[in-house]
Amino acid sequence: MTPMVDDDPRIIEFDVRTDEMLVNMGPQHPSTHGVLRLVLRTDGEIVSQVEPHIGYLHRCAEKIGENLTARQWIPYTDRLDYLAAMNMNLGWALTVEKLMRHQVSEKARHLRVLIAELNRIASHLVGMGAYGLDLGTFSPFLYAFREREKILDLFEEACGARLTYSYLTVGGATADLPPGWLQRCEAFLDQFLPVIEEYHTLLTTNAIFVKRTAGIGVLSREMAIDYGCSGPVLRGSGVDQDLRRDGEAIYTGMYDGYAFEVAVQKHGRYPRDHVYPAVPPDAVLGDCWHRFFVRMLEVMQSIDLVRQAIDRYAACREPLGEPLKLAEKIPAGDVYLETECPKGQTGFYLVSDGSAIPWRVRARSSCFSNLSVLHELCRGCLIADVPAIVGSLDVVMGEIDR
Amino acid sequence: MRGPSFLDTLQAACPGAVIGSSLEAIDPWIEVAPEKLVEVCQWLKSSSESRFDSLECITAIDWFEPDAKKAAKVTWKPHLEMVYHLWSTVSRMSLVLKTQLPRWQGDVAGQLPDLPSVVGVWRTADWHEREVYDLSGVNFTGHPDLRRILCPEDWEGYPLRKDYQMPLEYHGIRGR
Repeated sequence: MTPMVDDDPRIIEFDVRTDEMLVNMGPQHPSTHGVLRLVLRTDGEIVSQVEPHIGYLHRCAEKIGENLTARQWIPYTDRLDYLAAMNMNLGWALTVEKLMRHQVSEKARHLRVLIAELNRIASHLVGMGAYGLDLGTFSPFLYAFREREKILDLFEEACGARLTYSYLTVGGATADLPPGWLQRCEAFLDQFLPVIEEYHTLLTTNAIFVKRTAGIGVLSREMAIDYGCSGPVLRGSGVDQDLRRDGEAIYTGMYDGYAFEVAVQKHGRYPRDHVYPAVPPDAVLGDCWHRFFVRMLEVMQSIDLVRQAIDRYAACREPLGEPLKLAEKIPAGDVYLETECPKGQTGFYLVSDGSAIPWRVRARSSCFSNLSVLHELCRGCLIADVPAIVGSLDVVMGEIDR
Repeated sequence: MRGPSFLDTLQAACPGAVIGSSLEAIDPWIEVAPEKLVEVCQWLKSSSESRFDSLECITAIDWFEPDAKKAAKVTWKPHLEMVYHLWSTVSRMSLVLKTQLPRWQGDVAGQLPDLPSVVGVWRTADWHEREVYDLSGVNFTGHPDLRRILCPEDWEGYPLRKDYQMPLEYHGIRGR
């Protein structure tokens, strides 16, 4: 203890010093989106270093894939990004189909777009609601889950499950949509569209929300690419890349004829920016606010795509077609395919020796790469901003740990 | 990236690096010598022809058949195959790089094979190489912080090796 020279309070104030401290956050922490553990090196309120520890949800999904047939692994893909299980199913199904050079029917193609985009909305709703929770506001979470519930109801009707669907599968889908489903889906979209205005009021333009996110955790374009970031994290940094437009033929072919604009800021403007709230003056391209906003724009974009898909699906007269057999032999060879999942580009790599059981299965996780940039974003930020930055990356531990 | 002309350019830029290729595969790939890997990656990232600025995925494939009956029928020799999936955000093209490693350094079981790290080229390789080290057992030389990432730090063995045996016991928990 330093001896006091004077009773002047200002001198005491200058004498107060902080020590470096290691703070453990997680793995059971509500704002780490699952079992993520962060070790923060702090000095007072300032974080000088963040080290993520992952692997708490590691279930050897890749090893399991080496012991099952390709179609049997579909339920395991559900459990990667369990908030967007349909997109995971689709990614793996397309990878296997790419190696088998199999093409699904026109009806199955539109069904897949319809289902995948609907799941994108559901995933972004969780991302948005949970982000509000991270920043200390509870109500957006309830509003988001209220709408997501309706999407889950639609999925339940289509395939019987509410979280792990295994619906889209190799060679199409396990079943066709039940009668009346399309009307119920359209009714949901009509009801959902005005709700988005509420979200913008609750979060996007909310003064506190903007203060907590604008200019925080700025990720430059170069760093985003260098760290292999993808999805809204990459587009939030202004990189114009969306695999639905730029990906491989087997994937972009699915969206052939669909009209959509990639949600990215180009020349300082977002597409159709007259309809949406203006970018707050404090926001910097690549910060938490932009990553959040890109997700919100993608919700709108997906509503548009679902509507287009409904029309095209309803116009198809041919049958959906049967999925491939459970133990269908896969030709020898190896293929890699990335698809644009809600959280980023998730890729699957399949190596086959010609039998029904893959020799090697690899899942490239988008959240894994997105999270690896965290230590760069958190260098020098305040402790309270750590949940804001982690939340803006919108990670799901199931996909990171596999 | 398609076409033999690109392959010629790569061969001219990094002589002796390319030791095989398959341009007619569904995903055409180029096989490089392990010791030339970093040089090739550096060129692929920086040269104006390619600009592969993004590393998507690193995979290790264990080519080993533990079943002696089946092993007699296979055409390949046991080895580890490393696969690098690259992507260019500029030209929106992908490239597959492969390289072969022995399963164990000097055929001594437990001695991990060495491969130069590409962290200096793409920083995303940091976590990806840690994962490959953790699950498949490859020692990346020059990696700044090579330790397990998904398994606990005191885990034994490399689970994605084909001859991996689950430990009988881990801190009092039954393994199998």
